[in-house]
Amino acid sequence: MFIDQLFNGLSHGSILLLIAIGLAITFGLMGVINMAHGELMMVGAYTTYVTQQWFANDMPHSAGLYFVVAIPLSFLIAALLGWGLEKSLIRHLYRRPLDSLLATWGISLILQQTARLIFGAPNVAVVPPSWLDGGIRLFGAVFPYKRLFILCLVLAIVFFLYLYLMKTRAGRRIQAVTMNRSMAACLGIATQKVDAYSFAIGSGLAGVAGCALTLLGPIGPTIGTYYIVDAFMVVILGGVGKLAGTLLGAFGIGLISTFVEYSTSATMAKVIVFVLIIAFLQWKPSGLLNVRTRSLD
Amino acid sequence: MKPKFMRKLWLLFCISVFALGGCAASSAVDQAKNENKKDSSSASKEGDTVKVGILHSLSGTMAISEVSLRDAELMAIEQINASGGLLGKKIEPVVEDGASDWPTFAEKAKKLLQKDRVATIFGGWTSASRKAMLPVVEQNNGLLWYPVQYEGMESSPNIFYTGATTNQQIVPAVSWLLKNRGKTFFLLGSDYVFPRTANKIIKAQLKDEGGQVIGEEYTPLGHTDYSTIISKIKQVKPAVVFNTLNGDSNVAFFKQLKDAGITPKDVTVMSVSIAEEEIRGIGPDVLAGHLAVWNYFQTTDTPENKAFVQKYKQKYGQDRVTDDPIEAAYTAVHLWAEAVKKAGSFDVDQVKKAAAGLEYKAPEGTVKIDGETQHLWKTVRIGEIQADGQFKELWNSGQPVKPDPYLKSYPWAKGLSE
Repeated sequence: MFIDQLFNGLSHGSILLLIAIGLAITFGLMGVINMAHGELMMVGAYTTYVTQQWFANDMPHSAGLYFVVAIPLSFLIAALLGWGLEKSLIRHLYRRPLDSLLATWGISLILQQTARLIFGAPNVAVVPPSWLDGGIRLFGAVFPYKRLFILCLVLAIVFFLYLYLMKTRAGRRIQAVTMNRSMAACLGIATQKVDAYSFAIGSGLAGVAGCALTLLGPIGPTIGTYYIVDAFMVVILGGVGKLAGTLLGAFGIGLISTFVEYSTSATMAKVIVFVLIIAFLQWKPSGLLNVRTRSLD
Repeated sequence: MKPKFMRKLWLLFCISVFALGGCAASSAVDQAKNENKKDSSSASKEGDTVKVGILHSLSGTMAISEVSLRDAELMAIEQINASGGLLGKKIEPVVEDGASDWPTFAEKAKKLLQKDRVATIFGGWTSASRKAMLPVVEQNNGLLWYPVQYEGMESSPNIFYTGATTNQQIVPAVSWLLKNRGKTFFLLGSDYVFPRTANKIIKAQLKDEGGQVIGEEYTPLGHTDYSTIISKIKQVKPAVVFNTLNGDSNVAFFKQLKDAGITPKDVTVMSVSIAEEEIRGIGPDVLAGHLAVWNYFQTTDTPENKAFVQKYKQKYGQDRVTDDPIEAAYTAVHLWAEAVKKAGSFDVDQVKKAAAGLEYKAPEGTVKIDGETQHLWKTVRIGEIQADGQFKELWNSGQPVKPDPYLKSYPWAKGLSE
């Protein structure tokens, strides 16, 4: 049972990390309070649904492969949408956190209603590919392939994101702009361009999260609202502006809430985890790891 | 100058964007109103029509379920009008949107009764919406037909309940499970009134009939991670999981249950709020083999049902499905029409008197209005979910069961109604 719960905790943590990692960029690094983050996940989920329908209709022989195509496609579509949002709206709100909160909340409502108009109000069904059915039996516990897949996907995303931010030119530009915008601008970095593609990457990662969560959860117009609070919780606990903090925060919350839920109940676990987080933030207001940022001091 | 200009532009954009969102939200309502206008224009002029109210959530979270009920009710009204109307008058539906907001239900019910002077209202889904409308219809001596299964413990003189009460759904299901699947129960529900009331009843019944509750869990509405609860289920190994989860949580629970390697052969899950419409959104592949208890399935084999399903699909599309609440809403309109014919009047008191004991051949089989409680005698059916998203009936009660909303005829239920 302990192994079972340990795995459940890690799996829960990986899901939290998946939904929070995009937000760690748009909110953590860029400082935009993006209430539409959940809806970008919804866009990813519906992209997966459409891909599934497309494969089922046009190439029924390789229908199981739709999921492999859906992941990059979800990233692309959510990233494009995020890029459009940044260009048209969010860049006018960089120094106004309250306005951006309200505006992005409005956007989330618009996206929800749009999904309702296109796909209808009821949920749609995504049938997970058959090669992800089942699981490995080890030490008397079952490790479902879907959860292992999500765990690996998240670790891969974190790894590549780390490489991108640390080792590539484009990634270093993002870091430079985050640390000191005016200095970066003086050195000839087009800060507005950097903003746009940072936001696009964060949005794209939300799309991937939405795609992966179709394996475990519902797909409907309002699914974004189920995840948005958890996503903010992870980023804030981890320390705004620090990706490693988000990683620690996600697995910490995942493990604690799973073990608390096992010995109490689901509702109780939510309460206790929230209380712990609030108490922790009282003690360390800037989260697990902190870094001085330009945006939220 | 420039920043100011930008700000103005931004403001303009904001306003237009919000207006757009508003339009989208109200378009569903407009659509309903337009249909309604069409209907009324085809009917004859003022004086030759009688108005009835249709009050469901056409926007907000509950729109998922309630829009189909409106469709079923409009279809029934159309049928009655096509066969000559009622007492020489055409029925004119007045469609209102309860917007998934309980005070709105009360307000719209008041408007329908006082301003439109409707002869009756068909409406509601959640118990909260019914409880909001109850004082309004009682004060105005109106009439409300409520079409969804609910937790019982209510009987208003101004409401007819055409969905099941607990002794027509949950109680017989528990008895059947004890006989056919095993004695150990795990109760799982969303954390609000209906599951908690239902589980209180189940626990009292199990105590009396020799079953055992070995787990009881509630999760917040919208909960999506069931791994821990599934671990607990694995550990205590119940024969049956009695599922009163509501909405999207069902999707997460069933997907994750299948992933954990638990098949219907290991543990039977009996659900009370998963009908054909919900199966479409969860995916029949993860539900196949699990059970649900209702009074009607799309596959129920009666001549009335064949005609009903065919007409519904013809009118609203071949991909649509019918289910228990849709059928109960459709039946409600016909029951009211029969009562009006029998009374020879639209007057509420006379219709109520005529309705007592009235029998009607509904798609689910023969139903009868119980004069005392104003609930229906209904046949109980337990079905197994098939891979095509339809039910295979495993058991039915053979004849309609007398409604007993306060469970007075069950000695073990003493003290539950307080």
